[in-house]
Amino acid sequence: MQFDHIDAAILNTYQKGLELTTRPFLKLSKELNITEELIIERIQGYKDSRVISRFGPMYDVVRSGGAFLLCAIEVPLERFEEVTQMLNDVPEVAHNYKREHRFNMWFVLAVEEKEQIDKACKDIEELTGLKVFGFDKEVEYLVNLFLPVEATDV
Amino acid sequence: MFEIDELDRKIIVATQGGIPISIEPYKDVAKELEITEELLLKRLEILKDEGVVRRVALVPNHYKLGYTFNGMTVWQVKDESCNKVGEAFAALPFVSHCYKRKKYPGLWDYNIFAMIHGKNERECDEYLLQMKEICKEDLIVMETLYSSQILKKTGLRIKDR
Repeated sequence: MQFDHIDAAILNTYQKGLELTTRPFLKLSKELNITEELIIERIQGYKDSRVISRFGPMYDVVRSGGAFLLCAIEVPLERFEEVTQMLNDVPEVAHNYKREHRFNMWFVLAVEEKEQIDKACKDIEELTGLKVFGFDKEVEYLVNLFLPVEATDV
Repeated sequence: MFEIDELDRKIIVATQGGIPISIEPYKDVAKELEITEELLLKRLEILKDEGVVRRVALVPNHYKLGYTFNGMTVWQVKDESCNKVGEAFAALPFVSHCYKRKKYPGLWDYNIFAMIHGKNERECDEYLLQMKEICKEDLIVMETLYSSQILKKTGLRIKDR
């Protein structure tokens, strides 16, 4: 996928965050000497073509008493699709990835109250008949996803 | 821990799936919630200070930005060296998340997890070399689990009450 310098500026700036002001796109539009309309058109385009998966506040449930837990299951290959579907229907499953390993399904549980984590694990074990391995976080060294975009027109 | 109140909950429920892509997005959200934009911005500001809101942002799709190699690198390092290695990994620009996690002795002996993102395998191999160099004295064994498919990505969903 090709991005011009406007795309690169929008994607790099707003990955880091939008200001909490009435017109959050004003500052960048002035810097780029373009209209705010053009910026939102581009962002809508990213949404439509799934260049971005979300636009909005990112919440950290841990700070409000919730919890996240990284979990893995060893899913027999012939049951992979079935188990994927089962987990898709579980609201506590926030992300789920297929990975090339004996533990081939890795997902993150997110709950509003940390006491609900154990139950969510047990429910998934009952639902799938497979053992859920939870990888409790003991120390957090870094959480900061930033994927730089380079312009191809400069 | 920050106790969210009824209004915070309403704001979270209304925005967790995203906000309108418009020139004045907060005004649109405030209108939907039947509160003033000022109040909404003030609450978001407080939630941000408390860490409940990390930021208001675009969440990119790794693959569409060209980051097709997203590896979960897992490392078994000597227990006493975990913090040293974790902190050194956290300082690398291509690492997005880094944690020490629970082990399952005999079944899963990796204690350090670090997510790396690259545009091709060669780039990731280069990153792995840098990481191995950092922890060479403390490393027992490591492995990289690349994601081969996103099965679900919705983020958090708080229930309306």
